Amino acid sequence: MLILECPYCGVMADETDLHGGGEAHLKRYGPGSSDEDFQTYLFHRANPKGVHFERWRHVSGCGKWFHAARNTMTLEVYGTYSAQTYEPPKAIINAVKKKHPEWEGPNMGEAK
Amino acid sequence: MSTRLAKGGRLIDRTKPKNFTFNGKRMKGYEGDTLAAALLGEDQMLVGRSFKYHRPRGIVASGAEEPNALVNMGQGGRFEPNQRVTTTELFDGLACTSQNHWPSLEFDVGVVNNYAARFLPAGFYYKTFMAPAPAWKHVFEPIIRKSAGLGKVPTEADVDRYEHFYHHTDVLVIGGGVAGLAAALAAGRSGAKVLVMEQTHHWGGRAPVDGGEIDGQSPDDWTAATLAELESMDNVTLRTRMMGSGVYDHGYALGYERVADHTPGDDRPRHRLWRIRAQQIVTATGSIERPLSFAGNDIPGVMLAAAVRDYAVNWGVSVGDRTVVVTNNDDAYRTALVLKEAGLEVPVILDARDQATGPLAEAARAAGIRVEVGKAIAKVNGGKRVTGVSICSQAGEGSAVEDIACDAVAMSGGWSPVVHLWSHCGGKLIWDDEQSHFRPDPDRAPTGHDGQSFVVTAGAASGAMSLADVLSDAYAAGQQAAKAAGGKAVRKAGPKADPEATQPMAPVWIMPQGAGHQKRMKMWLDYQNDVKVSDVQLAAREGYESVEHTKRYTTLGMATDQGKLSNINGLAILSDALGQPIPATGTTTFRPPYTPISFGAIAGEARHEIFQPLRRTPMHGWHEDAGAYMEPVGHWRRPYCYAKPGETNEQAVHREVLNTREKLGLLDASTLGKLIVKGPDAGKFLDMMYTNMMSNLAVGKCRYGLMCSENGFLSDDGVVARIDEDTWLCHTTSGGADRIYAWMEEWLQTEWWDWKVYVANITEQLAQVAVVGPNARKLLEKLGGMDVSKETLPFMQWKDGKIGAFDARVYRISFSGELSYEIAVPASQGRAFWDALLEAGEEFGVMPYGTECLHIMRAEKGFIMIGDETDGTVIPQDLGLNWAISKKKEDFLGKRAQLRSHMTDPDRWKLVGLETLDGSVLPDGAYAVEGGENQYGHRNMIGRVTSTYYSPTLKKGIAMGLVKHGPDRMGDVLSFPTVDGSNTEMKARIVDPVFYDKDGEKQNV
Ligand SMILES: [Zn+2]
Repeated sequence: MLILECPYCGVMADETDLHGGGEAHLKRYGPGSSDEDFQTYLFHRANPKGVHFERWRHVSGCGKWFHAARNTMTLEVYGTYSAQTYEPPKAIINAVKKKHPEWEGPNMGEAK
Repeated sequence: MSTRLAKGGRLIDRTKPKNFTFNGKRMKGYEGDTLAAALLGEDQMLVGRSFKYHRPRGIVASGAEEPNALVNMGQGGRFEPNQRVTTTELFDGLACTSQNHWPSLEFDVGVVNNYAARFLPAGFYYKTFMAPAPAWKHVFEPIIRKSAGLGKVPTEADVDRYEHFYHHTDVLVIGGGVAGLAAALAAGRSGAKVLVMEQTHHWGGRAPVDGGEIDGQSPDDWTAATLAELESMDNVTLRTRMMGSGVYDHGYALGYERVADHTPGDDRPRHRLWRIRAQQIVTATGSIERPLSFAGNDIPGVMLAAAVRDYAVNWGVSVGDRTVVVTNNDDAYRTALVLKEAGLEVPVILDARDQATGPLAEAARAAGIRVEVGKAIAKVNGGKRVTGVSICSQAGEGSAVEDIACDAVAMSGGWSPVVHLWSHCGGKLIWDDEQSHFRPDPDRAPTGHDGQSFVVTAGAASGAMSLADVLSDAYAAGQQAAKAAGGKAVRKAGPKADPEATQPMAPVWIMPQGAGHQKRMKMWLDYQNDVKVSDVQLAAREGYESVEHTKRYTTLGMATDQGKLSNINGLAILSDALGQPIPATGTTTFRPPYTPISFGAIAGEARHEIFQPLRRTPMHGWHEDAGAYMEPVGHWRRPYCYAKPGETNEQAVHREVLNTREKLGLLDASTLGKLIVKGPDAGKFLDMMYTNMMSNLAVGKCRYGLMCSENGFLSDDGVVARIDEDTWLCHTTSGGADRIYAWMEEWLQTEWWDWKVYVANITEQLAQVAVVGPNARKLLEKLGGMDVSKETLPFMQWKDGKIGAFDARVYRISFSGELSYEIAVPASQGRAFWDALLEAGEEFGVMPYGTECLHIMRAEKGFIMIGDETDGTVIPQDLGLNWAISKKKEDFLGKRAQLRSHMTDPDRWKLVGLETLDGSVLPDGAYAVEGGENQYGHRNMIGRVTSTYYSPTLKKGIAMGLVKHGPDRMGDVLSFPTVDGSNTEMKARIVDPVFYDKDGEKQNV
């Protein structure tokens, strides 16, 4: 059971206090978008064996959504940050790169 | 025979006898006995039958690894099958029965499977599934049903209680043998907070049985002194009867404490599940001895060598008068020496190695025990009990050179560390050639949130095999864990033992090495599931290369012991058959729990009324007092109907419909979701959430709205009221309030976070009552207060004011088609308001109505219901709700998806009304069929019933359904096959879904 720090209220929250929301930083495609873009937005999700950016909600706490940068293999958490951003903050990217110099950077929810 | 020795037994108190029964037979043991020790003390070696062949099964082990000795325990509300006798403490009055046999343990008909063994090879079940269907139904299934299944299913509810504990600690030590205690000592001395758990009720593990000296003391004395030191530390918590069940992400662990299994009915909780968060975890889980694979190694009386020793030393029980020891390592010699010292006979030690030169072998020879090297067991003689062994050369094919009479065989194939807890959360293993076992690889430990290791192994669990190595490894593990958890450095030295000289073990996976098929068919790997060496070899021949596939194909290691004994031996056989080294084959995955834990412990306190918190409306108590028949709606309980004495529920529902249509009905609508959406951007936001326009709704007015998911599917509906310039109140379905509230928050926080909108869920702040029927206005006018006339408060408008003495918000909305007011009052006033309406309404014929009446009235009006007409695949366009989908708006959730080709397909099933030709009621969910077959060979389905009722108003069956091209087929008659076995079809005509008052004359008054 994971522990993630809620960046809003500062609580180290057990996974049972949280609600997972899947891949972070998806770009929404609405009316006017191509079938391909819309399909990617709706259905295609990254499932990496390694560094992953995820959405979580502190549902049994302050109720806020936040993002977590996490390693799906080692369970290492590189950091949590505001959900109100289009991409991971520099500090988070640096924390990942420090551990994994070969890491190629986040996949930003563009068509894959 | 097995028997109680005249003396000995370090764990039992002979002054405290305990009476128990096995299969009704009265037996006696002592305090401190396990049930296994007590059974063996009474010469009950035969305790069950195997799963597939129903072969006689005896006790093999002395601990958690026991595969055979499972019994039905207890009676009535304390009955539980599959209880392991080796881990069951004896108590007065214990009653158990053997399982998996018919009609009796001694004489079992199912043993016929044994003679049919060649018809039940590896993969039997899978191969059987490929057989023609009739053979399956008439031949295989009856046989399998008869022979499958372990134990009996309890028939009564569990009378015991269970609980959860939450615990945080710096260091968790799992295992209370000398390794666990040494690790705890190091961690405790560092000042770290330490929890130590031991699965049995005694400390010290098997060191006191195996002998040696720790710091000049016997293991028992050292254990006592160490416990005293640990108990004196405030930072150390010690628990026995508590098993480390699992290790999970980020230092989470479960401890399974069997508080009162040995004192049933003493009013303590039976089991306690400890939910532990530890900075560091030390697994001092010991090691498990491996069996040897020789023909007849499953005959009762063949046991693990260390178990034979345990029974003698711990419980003063001899498993046999004459015990042949067979081994590939030094440790089994300890068993021979213990037995000899107890005055029992050891006719021979068969050592598969070419020589036996270690000090233990020398000691055995000095004690006068015959030692044969390079020898093996060709086969074990006996049926329900060992009568002797034929011995042969290990190097050959098994020609017997001598028969030796004996009634027990003590075998040892070496030791495997218990790596389960290490592996649960990702710890990796390496193959140790010297010991022929997998052991934890300290360089690839489970990692925590910081990417650092959080599990360290200690003692035999690390692969340390001598007492000296165990102690130094464990103390270092404790120091390491304490340091990582923030404890201070420990300077004091740890416990020490003298190094001992040993002769290396030799891997022996088949005995004898050249055994032919006849012998390999009788070499059991998995005793409980009847998997033999020949089965694994067959699987390999049939192409099973992955160990995970072989496991499932053969069922090796899939029994309740999860392969604790069979795993490594099976891997070795598979690797040999595949011609590859064992580490290339790898292991199967270790998953929690370490041994089975009770469902009660998992559930904890969450039973009965606190299983799930119940939500009650302010009027809930009134409904209960009125004898309402309640139904669950989300976490709420809502009245389904209010049956009067002598009335069936169906009659009550029909009465409620007619009374509401003709006079006056009251519905407790408090469960309806109520969300306040407020802010400068609230209108813009609601235009995204709803398919229709909400920003242009005038203050004071109401509008019915639909919400879709981004997939385009209809998700919720309800009436929205504009409260003021920047405030809207959104009604959701009763079950949808929390979901829709979360949905709105998600979009506001993660997509449109710069929009100025707040959402508040005020569902429980208000009590809401629907006052419905031709007399509704008369009742409100009688109570007095605000003007509720048609002119002042027309349909689809709302007003704040007073109804009688109550502060009220009154909505002119209708889900029934009648003149209807939905009135919200503060929750604290709900019950009083309800009472006032009932009292004042008496002269107008008021009656409360329930959810079924609500459903019928809405179906008569053709109103859809989320969850009936929708199922997550239905879009609003399917339901003829295009009028509620804005064409002006550029965007709303679901709009893009509703443009996808499948969503605009003219062949989508669409909503229609259905009316049977004979007035009967269509079955819910019935399918309409028409001409031909689909690609599955089923009759072509062209629609299905989504809502169906008997309409008391119209005195006939009415239904709604989704039908292909339905709206274009008005008047067509469809066929609905029944599923009651009568092979008949019902006929129904497609009609308008609005059955009642199509022009809305009744509600617009
Ligand atoms: Zn929070």
